[in-house]
This record gives sequence, C-alpha cells and structure tokens, in this order.
Amino acid sequence: MLRIEHVGKQFGPQVVALHDVSLQVAPGEIVALVGASGCGKSTLLRIAAGLETPGTGRVLIDGAPVAGPHPAVGFIFQEPRLLPWLTVCQNVEFGIAGLPAAERTERSAAALARVGLSDFAGTWPRQLSGGMAQRAAIARALVARPGLLLLDEPFSALDPFTKMDLQDHLLDIWADDRPTLVLVTHDLEEALVLADRVVVLRSRPGRVHQTFAVDLPRPRRRTAPDFQAQKQLLLEALGVAA
Amino acid sequence: MSNSTLTLPSLTVRTAAPAARPPAAPRPPRRWQWPLGAVLPLALLALWEILARAGTLPPNLLPAPSKVLATIAGLARTGELWHHLGLTLARVGAGFVLGSAAATALGALTGYAPLARRLLDPLLQGVRNIPSLAWVPLFILWMGIYETSKVVLIAVGVFFPVYLGLMSGVQGVDRKLVEVGRMYRLSGLALVRRVFLPATLPAYLVGLRNGLGLGWMFVVAAEIMGATKGLGFLLVDGQMTGRPQTILAAILLFAVLGRTTDAGLAWLSRRLLRWQDTHGANGNN
Ligand SMILES: Nc1ncnc2c1ncn2[C@@H]1O[C@H](COP(=O)(O)OP(=O)(O)OP(=O)(O)O)[C@@H](O)[C@H]1O
Ligand SMILES: [Mg+2]
Repeated sequence: MLRIEHVGKQFGPQVVALHDVSLQVAPGEIVALVGASGCGKSTLLRIAAGLETPGTGRVLIDGAPVAGPHPAVGFIFQEPRLLPWLTVCQNVEFGIAGLPAAERTERSAAALARVGLSDFAGTWPRQLSGGMAQRAAIARALVARPGLLLLDEPFSALDPFTKMDLQDHLLDIWADDRPTLVLVTHDLEEALVLADRVVVLRSRPGRVHQTFAVDLPRPRRRTAPDFQAQKQLLLEALGVAA
Repeated sequence: MSNSTLTLPSLTVRTAAPAARPPAAPRPPRRWQWPLGAVLPLALLALWEILARAGTLPPNLLPAPSKVLATIAGLARTGELWHHLGLTLARVGAGFVLGSAAATALGALTGYAPLARRLLDPLLQGVRNIPSLAWVPLFILWMGIYETSKVVLIAVGVFFPVYLGLMSGVQGVDRKLVEVGRMYRLSGLALVRRVFLPATLPAYLVGLRNGLGLGWMFVVAAEIMGATKGLGFLLVDGQMTGRPQTILAAILLFAVLGRTTDAGLAWLSRRLLRWQDTHGANGNN
C-alpha cells in the first residue's frame, strides 16, 4: 500500500529532519510511529501525504510515486482544522463535493452517526467541544473512504476518556473497512492498543531505530502483563527505560 | 463500540459520559432595551431649541433645530431634496463600486502572490501616503470639473481601506486551513473560492465599511470643489447665501445617509459572518 524508499529531508543547511528512512506498510496494516519530539515524525507523514516533497528518495502509494495529495489518502491532523465558516455537516462533506447531493448527504450522515455527532450536523464548529471537533475531523476524513489514513497525533489534545473512546472508534472503523493506518503518537499505550507494528524513530538525524511487531490478540487490554511488558520494551528502545 | 472486553475502571465513566445535546435555540429572545445612547443627544437638542427660541443663540449663526428640519421639509416639497440626495448617492455609489472593484482585484493579487506584492505594494503604499485631496487640482485638470473627476476622487478614497483590508486578510489566511484544502486536492480557483474567499471575508468586509466611510468623506470634498447639485453643493450654497440652516440640513442629511449605508453593510456582515467565533459575535455588536 505505502512504500517509503530512502526518504531524506533537510530544512535549511542545518536541520536534517529525516535521513534515509525506508518503511513498507501492507494493505490493512496499522503502523504506529513513535519517537522523541522533533525526530521527524510529522515530516515523514506529511511527505507520505504529498503535502511536502522529499529531499531524497521517494514515496509510492499502490506502486505509483507520490507527487501531491493522493485521492485515496486521508489525513487527520493534530488539531481538528474544521473550516469555521461551514457547519459540521458541510465540513464533513468538504472532501466529497464532487459526488451527487443525495450520496453526499447519505455518506456524511453515516460518518457523523459513526462518531456520534448526528445531532450536531447543523451547528458551527465554534459550538463544539475539543473532543467533538476532533470527532468531526475524523468523520471528514472517513467520509471519503480513504484506503490509507495518515494520523498525526490525532488524539493527543484530548482527555483520557475521550481518547480511549476514539481509539475504540478507530478500531471499529478499521474492522469494517480495513483501511491502512499510519499513526504518529507520543502515547505508547495508544501505539500498543492500535498498532500491528510500532516503528521507533531516533532524532538528529531522524531515522528508523527499531521496529516492533505487536502480536497481542485484539482487543487488547492495557492492564495485561504482556501489554505492559511490550510497553517496557518500547520505553527501553526510546532510551527512557525506568 | 467494542469496549465490552475492556475491564478498566474507566469503562463505566466512558459509557456513562452523557451524550451532549446540540446547543438550544441559537438566539434567545432579546429584551427591548431603552436606548441609553439617545438620551444625551435628545437633551442637547432640546436645550438647543430652547436657547434658540429664547434668542440666546444668534439665529444667523445657529438656527433652531426645528428650523433646520423645516428647511429639509421645504427642500423635499419643491423636490430639490431628492435631486441633491440622488446625485450625491449616485456619486458615492459609483465611486464605491469603482474603488472597491479595483481594490478587490489588486488586493487579492498582492495578498495571494508574493511576487505581485513585492512588485506592486511599495508603489501603492507610496501613493496611499499622498493626502488624497492633493489629487483634486490634478483630477480637475485631467478630467474636468464634472462627474468623472468627482467619481474618481471618491474611488481613490474608497480604494485604500479596501485594498489594505483584503491584502492583509488574504495574507493572514490560516496556513493550516489551506492545507486542508490541499489535502482534498483543491488548487487554483477552487482553493480560492472554497478556502481563501470565506477566510478573507471578515477582513474584507471591514475594509469595505472603512472604504464606504471614506467615500462619504470624499464626496463632500468633491462636491465642495465645484458642483451645482448634491448635498455638498448645499453646504457651499448655504455658506454663500448666509443660511446656516441649509448647511446644518446638509450636515444632518450626510449623517443620516452615512449611518444608513454603513448599517446596511454592518447588517450584511453579520449575516455573512454568523459562523464567526469572536468576542463581538452573537449580537452584541
Ligand atoms: N517547515 C519547516 N521548516 C523548517 N524546519 C522544519 C519544518 N518542519 C519541521 N522542521 C524541523 O524538522 C524537524 C522535525 O520536525 P517534525 O515536525 O517532523 O518533528 P516531530 O517528530 O513531528 O516532532 P513532534 O513530536 O514534536 O511533533 C524539527 O527539527 C523541526 O524543527
Ligand atoms: Mg509532529
């Protein structure tokens, strides 16, 4: 689905954000990227999305090199980024404006129902709480039925309850449509609850340090000893073992 | 939700989290409030009227408000009033349309394209620093004393606030929202229409309101500099013929017209910007 081949990226003469990063993601796989702040996770995701051009190397989606945003790719940003002049429903329909009106309405209604915002279709973004706004953003990304969904710390600004709720939502959605998910997170438990594979990046320059396969059965229990053991391994890989 | 197998204590909290309701009726019925701001002007008017009738104020310099109103009524009866009003409105209207159209084109260009900004903006900023009335003699020389020079002068006045408002508005569009547009493969005109235009609207509308205000200022200048009709002409006429009530009538009419047209734009802004999440939104404008 997604192939990242020897991607490097430099900002200015000093900052080497990424150096020779290669990563392959199979269709339907969930990959989590973790690593210290500033190690290039967002940059890597933005390059994969076609929002940024790689300095060296290339990115392939379904075998074709990426040159700009791809129709089958959805992106969920750290902030909701709803357009304030559109209602929640219009925001959700933003990405599918080309479809016939009837199908648009049907799809956005389904997407809003999925994230529990059916009652808020007609409200302005300013009337939503932070968690609700992020759910609306998830609906906006899902409504286009992306084959590959890139998520840059999608839940990091949310309270723990909303966060776990949305992680479950995401897994439900994944169970239905099996999109490929690549997610950046600072939350190791989130990575372990969601991902099939956790990629640990190191900074200066940003590069792949280690990859962990998470073969815990789903649904995963955060309290299970295996789960905590995996978390310990990740902490060690990040160099913050306690 | 597939949270049935999670046995964390937080589960109960999560499922119990109340499904929030959509906000109730957007506008609670607003109680009519006594217009406190009207008290002082009315009191002053009353005082003025009393002093004028008592002869304390010299009638050849400051006639009573009732006399000013009578002058307006008289002008309305003879039909002259509508002539003056219509012509002044037409001049402001034409200048406003012309000035804001030019400002919209140039402001959008310099806001959107850095190259155009580097090329054009220094020149325009330089021109902006010329006190606009300094153009009057030149415009008269170029375009004569009649309508063209007047409309162009008004257009110059309207141009700059609209231009500045739009340019800074376009420049200030949130990069993050533009990125959302790009993620959905919008570019060129579609990106402008669906992201830049609505995002710029608040700043643009403020520019238009400022521009209209200057338009009213400049129509006075244009009509004073030589006109045989229009409210500005009434000002000069009142001075020449020593009738302060005519001058005051014209001033009053300018105030009413300026306020009305601005209120129109303000109403339009509120309608178009209902989505805004600002301190001034939601009625307390
Ligand atoms: N547009 C840019 N211009 C210049 N430098 C940039 C730009 N974007 C990122 N960088 C630099 O590239 C490096 C990686 O940034 P990036 O945002 O990818 O980090 P990150 O891993 O996502 O960090 P965080 O976890 O804090 O979000 C940083 O050193 C940052 O300063
Ligand atoms: Mg980041």
